[in-house]
Amino acid sequence: MKLVKVTIDGIRTEAEDRTPLVQVAQKIGVKIPTLCHHPLVEPYGVCRICTVEVHMRGRVRLVTACNYPVTDGIEVFTQTDRVRRTRKLILEWLLARCGHVPLLNTLAAEYGITEPRFGRGDDTCILCGLCVRVCSDVVGAHALGFFNRGTTRYVGTPYDEPSDRCIACGACVEVCPTGCITMDDEVEQIRGELPLGPMTAIYIPTMQAVPHQPVIDYDSCIHFKTDACRVCAAVCEAKAIDHGQQDRREEIQVGSIIVATGFQPVDPQKVPQYGFGRYPNVVTALQVEHMVNASGPTNGQVLLKDGSRPQSVGIIHCVGSRDKNTHEYCSRVCCMYSLKLAHLVHERSGAKVYNFYIDMRSAGKGYEEFYNHLLEEGCEFIRGRVAEVSDWAVTPAEQGKLVIRVEDTLAGLVRRIPVDMVVLSTGLEAREDADEVRRLFNMSCSSEGWFLERHPKLAPVSTFTDGVFIAGCAQGPKDIPDTVAQAGAAAAEALALIDTGQVELEAYTAWIDEERCSGCQICVPLCPFSAIEFSREKKVSTLNEALCKGCGTCVAACPSHAAQQHHFTDAQIMTEIEGVLVR
Amino acid sequence: MAEKPKVAFYWCASCGGCEEAVVDLEEQILKVVDAVDIVLWPVALDFKRRDIEAMPDQSIAVAFINGGIRMSEQEEWVHMLRKKARIVVAFGACAHLGGIPGLANLADRRRIFDTVYREVPTQEGQPGTFPQESSEPDGNRLALPAFWDEVKALDQVIDVDYYLPGCAPPPKLIWGAIEAILTGALPPKGAVLSPNKACCDDCPRKDSKPDKIELTEIKRPATHVADPDLCFLAQGFVCLGPATRSGCGNPCIEGNMPCRGCMGPMDDVFDQGAKFLSAFASILAPKTEAEIDRLLDQIPDPVGTFYRFSLPKSLLHRRRPGATV
Repeated sequence: MKLVKVTIDGIRTEAEDRTPLVQVAQKIGVKIPTLCHHPLVEPYGVCRICTVEVHMRGRVRLVTACNYPVTDGIEVFTQTDRVRRTRKLILEWLLARCGHVPLLNTLAAEYGITEPRFGRGDDTCILCGLCVRVCSDVVGAHALGFFNRGTTRYVGTPYDEPSDRCIACGACVEVCPTGCITMDDEVEQIRGELPLGPMTAIYIPTMQAVPHQPVIDYDSCIHFKTDACRVCAAVCEAKAIDHGQQDRREEIQVGSIIVATGFQPVDPQKVPQYGFGRYPNVVTALQVEHMVNASGPTNGQVLLKDGSRPQSVGIIHCVGSRDKNTHEYCSRVCCMYSLKLAHLVHERSGAKVYNFYIDMRSAGKGYEEFYNHLLEEGCEFIRGRVAEVSDWAVTPAEQGKLVIRVEDTLAGLVRRIPVDMVVLSTGLEAREDADEVRRLFNMSCSSEGWFLERHPKLAPVSTFTDGVFIAGCAQGPKDIPDTVAQAGAAAAEALALIDTGQVELEAYTAWIDEERCSGCQICVPLCPFSAIEFSREKKVSTLNEALCKGCGTCVAACPSHAAQQHHFTDAQIMTEIEGVLVR
Repeated sequence: MAEKPKVAFYWCASCGGCEEAVVDLEEQILKVVDAVDIVLWPVALDFKRRDIEAMPDQSIAVAFINGGIRMSEQEEWVHMLRKKARIVVAFGACAHLGGIPGLANLADRRRIFDTVYREVPTQEGQPGTFPQESSEPDGNRLALPAFWDEVKALDQVIDVDYYLPGCAPPPKLIWGAIEAILTGALPPKGAVLSPNKACCDDCPRKDSKPDKIELTEIKRPATHVADPDLCFLAQGFVCLGPATRSGCGNPCIEGNMPCRGCMGPMDDVFDQGAKFLSAFASILAPKTEAEIDRLLDQIPDPVGTFYRFSLPKSLLHRRRPGATV
């Protein structure tokens, strides 16, 4: 790397040989106006607005800074009379084509132009070609191009037809300096929605993600559509982004496993009378949580779909919990998160907040105090299960509002409460794939799909498979403090097991008499702990006593008395029965 | 010439197939005749009861007794043979487990007599004329053996030393037993003289057995033709092979018939039918009670299917006396 000495407006600096001048100027804080320049595409030198004066070995020249490579000893002037005169002329020419573009007019004002000499044209495209270059060089879609020559030159798609090469990435809209290119209304609407998920193709899954590293969404990333782009790799100073990475399956030998696969929120569409999916302002608690996040899509504001602030908000508790139609259990966390959201929504939007609850369950350290605090804050609490949310207005006051119909069981009457926004406090349910995970680890599930602990009081984080522990909502709904406590217990149990270095087995395991086994394989699929395998070589079933829990299923099913169980032999059982019957 | 060991063959409630099995030894029977002195064989040789009664106790080396014990006369005979013989071998499935005659334990004496002497359309003479243990037609007193309410296996009546299983016992096993007795290379008392492994062990279709069998339909040889190469259970046929002792050489399987269980259970199994049922229940595909019932309704004769040869030796022995059929 060769360093050269450059002076810009009297400021001396050093830069790598042949760096574009505009970059060197930017680095030392000298402002040079640009229109057709963008750091991610090759310089083009077509708008000429970056014209500067270069003194080199006694020669004085006007050059465009965006594509002029610096050499040793040059002296640059960006604000001389000659430069300003030249830029003014260029601006006047640009205005003659695009007379009403705000950016050009702002620049023109800087250069003292009030009435351009050549008039004001009605076009908005200055033919800088940024869109064409970004579409080809960065995105790789090649959907845009220049057509015709001279005064009839214009930017467009082939035959002016909608291009099927366009992937609607919006890069051209993003880089266009004059705002000449816009998105179709429909596309704009999709982009304008406030998605709960990631909004870019490369993102960090959650702020608490471990490892705290971004991931690339293969399906959304432009690179995997056009083989181009890699803008993220270009801007990453650490050069950490590798688009060539492939999925890998890794086998890791471990001593024990903690299953903490969590839960999924109940789909609010399972409770259709609350209108989620039908009314845009019926949202889930998680969506509001996303909104009140200061770094979320609304910068912490609680907004309606049309972008305005709600005047009144109704929070419906127990959506998908304590209900025979969905789940009969209490999800435990909804009361407290609803109270938190009630507080935040009121604080952020000033809206009147109604809570519709069956019972308030605020057991926990400081929880009841928080509930009392909300009562004092003026939050409305209505005891009763909401019957329906509709937009059917009966009175003028309900016009344009969502009406919550509910039996107020404390007041003893049916009420209609008009609100702007309805928040559904959805419950927790076992993950869709819980049964697959259960089978993978030979665990049991309760009827609701939560993983079953070995004993609810004495072994709350152990499972029926030694070395496999459970923690968090995978075991049942619980809040964060409980989850953390349980995770600590599971970690300690796992550590204790690893630390001992050996495992004690129960003595009452089954065993297979290989001399007797005929290899009928009845027992193999029956074992709930996958302890039995069929040996193709010996043509008999073999039992791993370390995995066996002594449930006796194979012993009962073995038709040839080859599978037997320690402590529970047929002879012992028959003797016991005789003992009982013969007394 | 030293005296040859004395051998007796006797038959009780049986079909005669076991006698046939002895003849199936073919030319080896000549070796048997060379080596032993047959003192009793009602099917082939003329000996009378008084001949045996006259023999000193323990003078017969071995008595092969086939058939279940159904009548008083059979019980008298086997008690006498037990006294005269040093070794008693229960020969064939009926002596071993009660056998096909043992299925009569689903009825009692009265029910059987009603059917045979009163109800069947082929009945001749005066319907309802039952055999009498003692009668005096034309002034002559006649006696018939008493007919009991149930059939018993041999070891439920007398002490048995060894068992030769099968319906009928395969000649290979018979010859093996005779050889062992002649040479004195006998296993411990009470042994079944056949390998203690289930039929699946040497089944020619063993490799076609899937990892997991799930029955959605039950087929019968009467209604379906089995694939000649695939595991019967996997095809939906009730095959008792997994619960049945091997040693038979799989003639049924070779003939494309599923195992019916004649060789009896493995050592230490109390109840062959129950043992098979608990395995069978675990391979039924349906999960609800109604679906399971619908599947099991496809077995028209469950006792005759699962206890075809072993009802008298099952834990229940017989239908409760007096129960309606």
